[in-house]
Amino acid sequence: MKWGVVIFPGSNCDQDCFYVIKDVLGEEVRYVWHKETDLRDLDCLILPGGFSYGDYLRAGAIACFSPVMEALVDFAKKGGLIMGICNGFQILLEAGLLPGAMLRNKNIHFICKYVYLRVENIHTPFTNLFKEGQVVRIPIAHNEGNYYIEDEGLVELKNNKQIIFRYSDEEGRLAPEFNPNGAKEFIAGIINKEGNVLGMMPHPERASEGILNSQDGLLVFKSIVNWFKR
Amino acid sequence: MITEEIYRGLGLSKEEYQKILKLLGREPTLTELAMFSVEWSEHCGYPRSRAYLKLLPRKGKFKPLVGEDAGGIILEDLAIVFKMESHNHPSYVEPRQGAATGVGGIIRDVFTTGARPVALLDSLRFGQLTKPYNQYLFRGVVDGIQSYGNCVGVPTVGGEIYFDPSYSRNCLVNVMCVGIAPKDKLMRAQAKGEGNLIIYAGASTGRDGIGGCSILASKEFKEDEEKRPTVQIGDPFTEKCLIEATLEAIATQGVVGIKDMGAAGLTCATSEMASAGDTGVEIDLDLVPRREEGMLAWEVMMSESQERMLLCVKKEKAREIIDIYRKWGLNCVIIGKVVKTKEVIVKEKGEIVAKLKAKDLTSAPLYNMPYQEPEYLKEINKLDINSLPLPEDFNQVMLKLLSSENLSSRNWVYEQYDYMVQTNTVLLPGLGSAVLRIKGKNKALALTTDCNSIYCYLDPFVGAQIAVSEACRNLVSVGAEPAGVTDCLNFGNPEKPDRFWYFKNCIEGLISACKFFNIPVVSGNVSFYNESPQTVIKPTPAIGMVGIIKDLKFIKTPFFKKEGDLIVLLGETLPELGGSEYLKEIHNQVRGKPPALDLNKELSLQKVVLAAIEKDLISSCVDCSEGGVSLALFEGCVTGREIKGAFIDNLEFNLREDFLLFSESTARVIISLPKNNLSEIEKIAKKYRLPLRVIGRVIKEPKLVILKDKFALIDLDLERAFRLWKKSLELLITA
Amino acid sequence: MLEVEVYVSLKKTVSDPQGLAVKRSLESLGYSEVKEVRVGKFIQLRLDLEDREKASQRIEEMCKKLLANPIIEDFTFKIK
Repeated sequence: MKWGVVIFPGSNCDQDCFYVIKDVLGEEVRYVWHKETDLRDLDCLILPGGFSYGDYLRAGAIACFSPVMEALVDFAKKGGLIMGICNGFQILLEAGLLPGAMLRNKNIHFICKYVYLRVENIHTPFTNLFKEGQVVRIPIAHNEGNYYIEDEGLVELKNNKQIIFRYSDEEGRLAPEFNPNGAKEFIAGIINKEGNVLGMMPHPERASEGILNSQDGLLVFKSIVNWFKR
Repeated sequence: MITEEIYRGLGLSKEEYQKILKLLGREPTLTELAMFSVEWSEHCGYPRSRAYLKLLPRKGKFKPLVGEDAGGIILEDLAIVFKMESHNHPSYVEPRQGAATGVGGIIRDVFTTGARPVALLDSLRFGQLTKPYNQYLFRGVVDGIQSYGNCVGVPTVGGEIYFDPSYSRNCLVNVMCVGIAPKDKLMRAQAKGEGNLIIYAGASTGRDGIGGCSILASKEFKEDEEKRPTVQIGDPFTEKCLIEATLEAIATQGVVGIKDMGAAGLTCATSEMASAGDTGVEIDLDLVPRREEGMLAWEVMMSESQERMLLCVKKEKAREIIDIYRKWGLNCVIIGKVVKTKEVIVKEKGEIVAKLKAKDLTSAPLYNMPYQEPEYLKEINKLDINSLPLPEDFNQVMLKLLSSENLSSRNWVYEQYDYMVQTNTVLLPGLGSAVLRIKGKNKALALTTDCNSIYCYLDPFVGAQIAVSEACRNLVSVGAEPAGVTDCLNFGNPEKPDRFWYFKNCIEGLISACKFFNIPVVSGNVSFYNESPQTVIKPTPAIGMVGIIKDLKFIKTPFFKKEGDLIVLLGETLPELGGSEYLKEIHNQVRGKPPALDLNKELSLQKVVLAAIEKDLISSCVDCSEGGVSLALFEGCVTGREIKGAFIDNLEFNLREDFLLFSESTARVIISLPKNNLSEIEKIAKKYRLPLRVIGRVIKEPKLVILKDKFALIDLDLERAFRLWKKSLELLITA
Repeated sequence: MLEVEVYVSLKKTVSDPQGLAVKRSLESLGYSEVKEVRVGKFIQLRLDLEDREKASQRIEEMCKKLLANPIIEDFTFKIK
């Protein structure tokens, strides 16, 4: 399989994702400049974190009009895998590829820290190597991670098992004090109905090597590799 | 017609103006005068400090690299580039933008050398948080750092924050940036090769910050609200694009030289690049991209609009380089060329508005400043510690210290910074030095900043030496060998002899300590005039230090790991409370002498700790500094993922209790180790004649117990103390 | 040339953490009469158009497409 990491002006986790895919996993990967429109050689696309277009106006709002986005919608329709991390998640929301929107963190500060996540659905291309209900430790770093969705949309997310990660404590308990940004229903990551587009606020690429305090994030990347092997 | 009012308005003295007349043999144009005023300001030309800066050691164990804008050290095939710079006055005027543009400026100084910026550290000082204005400055500065640093994708991994009344309204914002470049790809800030082109890249030029560096940084602050419009606005998004475009441009091998247009903008970039390359530069102002209409030539030359660079490029590569910048959505235009005449020639509408020898601009006058020890110091140095009342409840003292402005946890601040982007951050903030692995090598960098300004106020020479020693101690505690220093020297008005005396003694202390430890000072910055009519800052020679960890397995953390491990104090506690946090917080006094410093003992300590780490004998290491042994033990207990307890029953007994617990004696660290390794460590300590004392052991129960004669001096519930320590700073701000 | 002012605000049903923080801060400064604060955005546009109706149509489009996020935000605008 072949991976692509999209670079928008202002992306700043592109090289980190690239490093994990190429140097930690040893997989084939290339960068995709945001003006590219031909993605036919790729199997999985990463929309990395950062501040595309400075997060000016709204996080992700300007990036979703980059030329690559049209090709990306097409790529998704054809079943290609897309993972949006942090700013990448925000872009997917703005582009309407995932439901809902992001509000500012409830404490109105940028928050950078390790959090615990409970894996809510392991029957996806992105989580198939996790255990049912597994709690993992992966860092967040964002200003706008306070996930919002109207009630009907939420019901639909739940019915379709589209909630993939929830903020929890070390034991997997859910409570407001373990919800760093005020996200609705402690949501940290969701998937589209078709199951091939994932958005998550935590940064799995920052927790993919032993020396970096956690390797839990690597399982997300490995799950994708595993999915393609099957 | 240049009048006295004009040149004085630009911050030039009568003597300086006379000198300009003599150099030119004619009256300068307004543009030329403005150019001299910024280049001869303290910010650019260092007329008052240069004589001393020359004496800083440039040699060390690691091969140093001293460039125009930032220096560094060589590590195998890499150059580790670093520099610390102040943005004090702009931050005082507008804390958010002042701090943000401070971050932006120092990042540009680093990536213009060809290095990718990999880390930021901030050394910050504010007045007490009980005053709303200081809270406003503190919040604004933190917000500015997070907004810029997070967006630009360079992790903010460390630094320090201290509060002291002398910084009330004179906040200090010193930012250090570290970058890594392949050794053979390093760039200089120079213009070379007749006919090569001068290219302007980045944001457009507006009126922001005109005269900022000469006016803001060269005058004491009066309550000067109308200065606000001169503040520059930072755009981290443009900066991020500039980093990527510039590194791509350098990779074409078509760039001859490059310089940031920050302080003093085009003036500084043209004259210093020409001077460094021993050539001349001719530019046409009509080609400069502008954001505002009707700007005059001198305004364009002085503008401090952010996120702009000047490049000297090979003619045949110009097209390719311009295309790279444009791909990133940035302005990029040819505005001039390199000429033979060694002059800076500025044209506007076909006419020459300035024609000056580059060397005249970059040879600021050199002043011999008078200095004198302040008379009040002798009185302040007096302290009879035996007359201090002995506190009754040391648990209470401990809790008061843990919740104080200066000793409480900084997590409220650093959790707002992205300290993990680039995925090199091995040690999370709050653990002493920052540690970053170097991708592709089995090595890591350790980074720290340090300065205790109370010590420097009580004894500038020793205070500066302690700052260097403590930075070394911080680095060796995580397993690193100290390798290079950058300094940011913050003082009051140098025209006042007592202020200059502090400057002179601090820098002499700094020089002697760096020479002794064989560490080069590779870059730095001086910030004078940090005073208001009410207060002058305490002397603050902030040290930024970079260390090398030779092997990733040598990385050490401060926290206790295993029950039953022995807790050992390396070094000796002396009855020294002068200038201590305990004296200040508990007895409300800032006086006495700083703790004595013996550089030989510090060096022995460094050697013992590094040897012990390299032989894999110890589980943790934390240095003793502010707050003494008790605070170091607390850190050892609570900074891991799980709180551990400590049972201490063998501290020295012949000292008064508070000396024992809170004395800030130098050359000490607390280590923990498995029992079996004790004899091995004892051997090493003996070899270097370093006192070693087993003082207790790690326990499971989250309690810090310190016994003296079987009586518990301290018996602290660490879960409660930890919550208090973590929450205190936030509570102080929201109070 | 038409001058346009666009106001974007969070929908009433969406909680506004920034507004809440500003409200608390105003209260602590003694402005106890403040019962609600909503923080929004104010965007100025200059359009090279004379036809106000056409302009209105175009601005509506711009708001829906980019300037506001209809999931969480409302917008209004004024052509001067």
